[in-house]
Amino acid sequence: MADALRFRNDDPIEEPAVSLDAFLEQDGASAVRVEAGDDPSRLIPHLARVKLVEIGIPRFRDGRCFTSARILREAGYEGELRAEGDILVDLVFFMRRCGFDSFAPQAGLNRADVDAALSRYANVYQNAADGSVPIWKLRHG
Amino acid sequence: MYQYDKYDQAMVDARVEDFRDQVRRRIAGDMNDDQFKPLRLKNGLYLQLHAYMLRVAIPYGTLDSRQLRKLAEIARKYDRGYGHFTTRQNLQYHWIKLEEAPDILAELATVEMHAIQTSGESIRNISADQYAGAAADEICDPRPWAELLRQATSFHPEFSYLPRKFKICVISSPADRAALRWHDCALRIVRNEAGEEGFEVYAGGGMGRTPFIAYKIRDFCPAAQIFSYIQAILRVWNLHARRDNIHKQRMKILVHDLGEEEFRRQVEEAFEHFLTLGTDFPQAEYDRIAAYFAPPPFETGLPEEIDRTDPDFALWVDQQVIAHKAPGYAIANISLKPIGGIGGDVTAEQMEVVADLAKRYSFDDVRVTHAQNLVLPHVRKIDLYAVWEALREAKLADANLDLVTDVIACPGLDYCTLANARSIPVAQKIQQRFADMDRQRDLGELKIKISGCINACGHHHAGHIGILGVDRKGTENYQLLLGGSGAEDTTQAKITGPGFDEDGVVDAVERAVECYRTLRDPGERFLDTYRRVGFDAFKEAIYG
Repeated sequence: MADALRFRNDDPIEEPAVSLDAFLEQDGASAVRVEAGDDPSRLIPHLARVKLVEIGIPRFRDGRCFTSARILREAGYEGELRAEGDILVDLVFFMRRCGFDSFAPQAGLNRADVDAALSRYANVYQNAADGSVPIWKLRHG
Repeated sequence: MYQYDKYDQAMVDARVEDFRDQVRRRIAGDMNDDQFKPLRLKNGLYLQLHAYMLRVAIPYGTLDSRQLRKLAEIARKYDRGYGHFTTRQNLQYHWIKLEEAPDILAELATVEMHAIQTSGESIRNISADQYAGAAADEICDPRPWAELLRQATSFHPEFSYLPRKFKICVISSPADRAALRWHDCALRIVRNEAGEEGFEVYAGGGMGRTPFIAYKIRDFCPAAQIFSYIQAILRVWNLHARRDNIHKQRMKILVHDLGEEEFRRQVEEAFEHFLTLGTDFPQAEYDRIAAYFAPPPFETGLPEEIDRTDPDFALWVDQQVIAHKAPGYAIANISLKPIGGIGGDVTAEQMEVVADLAKRYSFDDVRVTHAQNLVLPHVRKIDLYAVWEALREAKLADANLDLVTDVIACPGLDYCTLANARSIPVAQKIQQRFADMDRQRDLGELKIKISGCINACGHHHAGHIGILGVDRKGTENYQLLLGGSGAEDTTQAKITGPGFDEDGVVDAVERAVECYRTLRDPGERFLDTYRRVGFDAFKEAIYG
């Protein structure tokens, strides 16, 4: 976790994330790992006890993680949402917009590149899970 | 036409720097080519057989003269003096250097253009009816919606790493001039019984290896909710599509696997959810965009008569000029299919001629068609002769719109790494075989479409006559298909039988055409006769 990037102020969750199936069977678990291909909406009835959702990214081209993250945020999940796996710096901006707030990339990311990527686009065309104000709203007040 | 404000401009400027940084990291070795490839593709940059190819977006096929001049300038400065208009109303440069690509994007950004999402597994440039704002049969101009959706789908955070490409098309006429139902998401603007504007939505179309015609997923989506509906479609597909086989990841495959009803049910459920998120653009934003597409100040009291004294001009008028909704005006089609030329190719000089004509005679408006031709959408009838003379001077006055020599062809093995066979020489040989103008006109509307591989960029599935180039044991071989259509009577063409070599397929086309000529009833097009008499008669004529 030396390379982890975190955009939260609370303490990191140390509990290991268990698989979605295991989580649903273990009432005491509070950290869950959602693999690409898992249906994230199965977690929705249990969000009250979730402190960490780790979403696995087997290949950076696999964009299911973006939808999984948004589904959880749109259901009201406010805990840590971590991306783990094959993460390129070019994904981080969209991931932040979809609600990810921590990153555990397999290969380390250059922090300067991440900061540049996150600040490159001043505005956005759509609202998503990050609270950014879309351009249409800026245009019309 | 639409003009960028500071937000739109900042977005394309940022994209230039974003891409410049990606190229820098690639050249510095910080990224390998596997990592760089999807990133460059999202910006329209392909590695082809001889060089990089850059695909420039022409949103809904609309250009002004300033943009067309810039495209000409880029062709001269960074390419070999020409460009190629594609079946998605875009423009491709085929001789690009990687290190110059960011500079080209910077040049494009100065005229409010870009190459964003013209390739890769993203929401592609949105296509539309090329006669938008001019067609007599349209309900309204579809381009404000296309522009709104351009913005809504640019850099979409959830849908930028999709299972495969996703193509949207918008029209607003009963006639389909944009191959609507061959798109992943096809939108036709309609009015409901209350007179409200909305969209008939089709989903799951696409060509390629497994062709499907899009099915109607919704009769009427209120216009203000269309972005929610599109996002719902995208979410269902993004979450549930296969990711293990690139040939089975297009949305059409998921629709087929789930079934139309189940896919619709899931989309409707996601749609209800999206409606609660406040992601739809407000009416004020639509109104802001629509104001840019207000009709130009058409003159009134113009004469309707066209002086047909010059027979060559009269021929061009008959073939290339279409009725306009405003009295005294006409839609003038410019053929990019000279006999023996390369369909869709335009030199920098020709681009400048068209830009001049647009500026002078067509309210500074040029359109690109999916059939790889250009359009001057708003020409006064009294100006048609002057337009024709200038086009003739620039070798752009062919009179073959929708005729047998108006062939759609992909770049094929002359350029493309994906291709199995060449398309351009086959198109040229067909053109030469049918070059006689009387013969072309006698045959009437006949759409031949040629793809150099199964990916079907040349739309062979939608050809009245389709040709598919395949590689058979190291030699180029061509399958012949019949009966396709990309118009409102959409059908998928059917493979006739064993393939042919290059000359053989031209002979086979001629046999099919002669079969039509023999069997046709008065007034019937090739496609009509084929549909009436059926496949077998044509197959018999082709194979004997």
